[in-house]
Amino acid sequence: MAMAIHKYDAVVIGAGGAGMRCSLQLARAGLRVAVLSKVFPTRSHTVAAQGGIGASLGNMDEDNWHYHFYDTVKGSDWLGDQDAIEFMCREAPKVVYDLEHMGMPFDRNPDGTIYQRPFGGHSAKYGEKPVPRACAAADRTGHAMLHTLYQQNVKSNTTFFVEWMALDLIRDSEGDVVGVTALEMETGDVSIFHAKCVLLATGGAGRIFAASTNAFINTGDGLGMAARAGIPLEDMEFWQFHPTGVHNAGVLLTEGCRGEGAILRNKSGERFMERYAPKLKDLAPRDFISRCMDQEIKEGRGCGPNADYIELDLTHLGGETIMKRLPSVHEIGKNFANVDVIKQPIPVVPTIHYQMGGVPTNIHGQVVVPKNGNPNTVVNGLYAIGEVSCVSVHGANRLGTNSLLDLLVFGRAAGNHLVETALGSKSHKPLPANAADYTMSRLAVIDGSSSGEYPQDVANDLRKAMQLHAGVFRTQKSMDEGVAKVIAIDERAKSLSLKDKSKVFNTARIEALEVGNLMEAAKATMVSAAARHESRGAHTVDDYGDTAENPLGRNDREWMKHTLWFSEGNRLDYKPVNLKPLTVDSIPPVKRTF
Amino acid sequence: MSDKRIFEIYRYNPDVDAKPYMKTYEVELDGSERMLLDVLMKLKKQDDSISYRKSCREGVCGSDAMNINGKNGLACLTNMLTLPQKITLRPLPGLPVIRDLIVDMSQFFKQYHSIKPYIVNETAPPEKERLQSPEDREKLNGVYECILCACCSTSCPSFWWNPDKFVGPAGLLQAYRFIADSRDHEREERLDNLEDPYRLFRCHTIMNCVDVCPKGLNPSKAIANIRTMLVSRAS
Repeated sequence: MAMAIHKYDAVVIGAGGAGMRCSLQLARAGLRVAVLSKVFPTRSHTVAAQGGIGASLGNMDEDNWHYHFYDTVKGSDWLGDQDAIEFMCREAPKVVYDLEHMGMPFDRNPDGTIYQRPFGGHSAKYGEKPVPRACAAADRTGHAMLHTLYQQNVKSNTTFFVEWMALDLIRDSEGDVVGVTALEMETGDVSIFHAKCVLLATGGAGRIFAASTNAFINTGDGLGMAARAGIPLEDMEFWQFHPTGVHNAGVLLTEGCRGEGAILRNKSGERFMERYAPKLKDLAPRDFISRCMDQEIKEGRGCGPNADYIELDLTHLGGETIMKRLPSVHEIGKNFANVDVIKQPIPVVPTIHYQMGGVPTNIHGQVVVPKNGNPNTVVNGLYAIGEVSCVSVHGANRLGTNSLLDLLVFGRAAGNHLVETALGSKSHKPLPANAADYTMSRLAVIDGSSSGEYPQDVANDLRKAMQLHAGVFRTQKSMDEGVAKVIAIDERAKSLSLKDKSKVFNTARIEALEVGNLMEAAKATMVSAAARHESRGAHTVDDYGDTAENPLGRNDREWMKHTLWFSEGNRLDYKPVNLKPLTVDSIPPVKRTF
Repeated sequence: MSDKRIFEIYRYNPDVDAKPYMKTYEVELDGSERMLLDVLMKLKKQDDSISYRKSCREGVCGSDAMNINGKNGLACLTNMLTLPQKITLRPLPGLPVIRDLIVDMSQFFKQYHSIKPYIVNETAPPEKERLQSPEDREKLNGVYECILCACCSTSCPSFWWNPDKFVGPAGLLQAYRFIADSRDHEREERLDNLEDPYRLFRCHTIMNCVDVCPKGLNPSKAIANIRTMLVSRAS
């Protein structure tokens, strides 16, 4: 039987915030757009975002995008590209207003404007004091945003392929991307999507770690697709630990708790963040707070019988505020910790949350790779947006609320760029012969296996290794061991076995395919981490301590550069950070204190 | 202390099974499994052919709705301490089964789409946000939080009988979400769309929807509010 071929102007892989913001732009312009998603769109992981969307609306206190720009550059530990950061912070108010016009149920101030709460690392007047910048719908901002975007796509008649898993990019002899292969989960059949443009919007790979706030679907599928197609992954050593994951459950408690006034306490009840960050205290950026929490635990000041967690105290906020502003936090406390957060503090630990790195792009979302001496040569026909991408606005550490913002700004920008460059009037490049051969051979290995390990056993070993060797505090020795382990696990992942060989909605088969993607993300992370000989943002290596020349272990002279990891041979390359904003003065690097 | 549970799970794989059947599993809990979803994942290690949907594991994505000992709920929010030794799992009732605990939700989403689930306001948007008073915003609470898991609609006898004509509790809750939004301009058209012997009025206030909603929402109240609006505009 001949393989089905679906033909579209653009194919968006992933129906989270970035994918649906982009598809909306394309559908509104009358382009033929298909959105492929492993899950029904409103089940994408954007739904789990809680705290807010960062934008300097200034509804509750004086604010402007220059402050937001400064905070984001500093938050990134000077690894973020300042052109992209300026673009994002300037666009922020516009995309938030747009979303409000689409019906987003933001909370409101008495004057009817959008409610904003303070968030970690967001300050007024260049670090002077916290500022309310996170535009919030209670603590369900991601849910409200994802549903709103889905609703607008329904209105604009976007075509969704629900419960389809994209497998491999199709590149022609010139290296241009001309389509993608995908598996329909209900039938188990593979099709080809022939497109003028493919957009990766697949989210992060948070499931490479054992303890993660991420959904099970976050297996880095877009990273795997890019890596297998020879495209490098940028800055994958930078993974954010969210300070407040529920101890033993991993479920996220929003930074909005601290935005509303919650406090982190050690075993003696001390508000220890005052010692580490006298100005921003509990609202310092996430990498900083996670390290302080780990420090407290390491030095024996953790809470509980094993002194292995920190307590997040909301009790002084009062039941009314908690039920109005943080209702889901209350629900999560009850469900996942047996704690009523109105009455008791809740045990938390830093938990893997967000991937700062990803597929390298420019500010239009176009994927860029090194070629003929230009580190940023566009790959025709391929875009990446949202967590799968690295544009890079988050650098070495993302600020809370900048992820939802990233989805909106760059989802929209990629859509606009395609519309402005007249995608509709371009013609399809022909598919290469045997476009699906690679995919079919990968599937044949899984379907034909008679011996080998269970996908989840291999994945669990991988997650344990990543947790151990790529944690909050890293050492050179441990990272080197981690590289060896991950490469050994990669060998095992090449011969996975399934008992169930049936086709209809075979979730075991899907999981086996996901393990292939997890492996690429994990190798990229471990190899890039072991090679970066400094401490920067979320990549904190004990071997590189605070010196006059290298503040807090950050070595700008040698390491202010982006990592590029290639799957083939685990090869590394580097490219410079763009320190030049679009219109304003560059923010020069200084020691990061809060 | 040993905690052994007996699972009876609805199994059907159209590739290999002539018809559905119930299969029994035994599983020893070691105390690390808080929720039903944790145990289901443990069972899948025993038998990788057991199929169900899952994603966020914290009750916000709505993937893992199923019928648990006769009552619809989310596996990820069902604490094992609340379940007896014997646990029977079936797919959500009333929808076609694709495989095992995975149902075809097309009919459910068709009804959701039928209520025009998006704000309609054709006036030119202001430069900034449209203003909304906290009191008007308050009207959306208890309504916008729906996760479209379908626990409510598939526990509703009226939806079982007329899934093609009755919007069902989830769709009606969302209809009310837009009717109640001060920024929406299509209130009358929305009410017209529901003024029909089936679309709204098949609700016989059996209230199963309220009983099963994993988010504690009250579709029945939203339906009553719409009824009141229809009555008051008729008089």
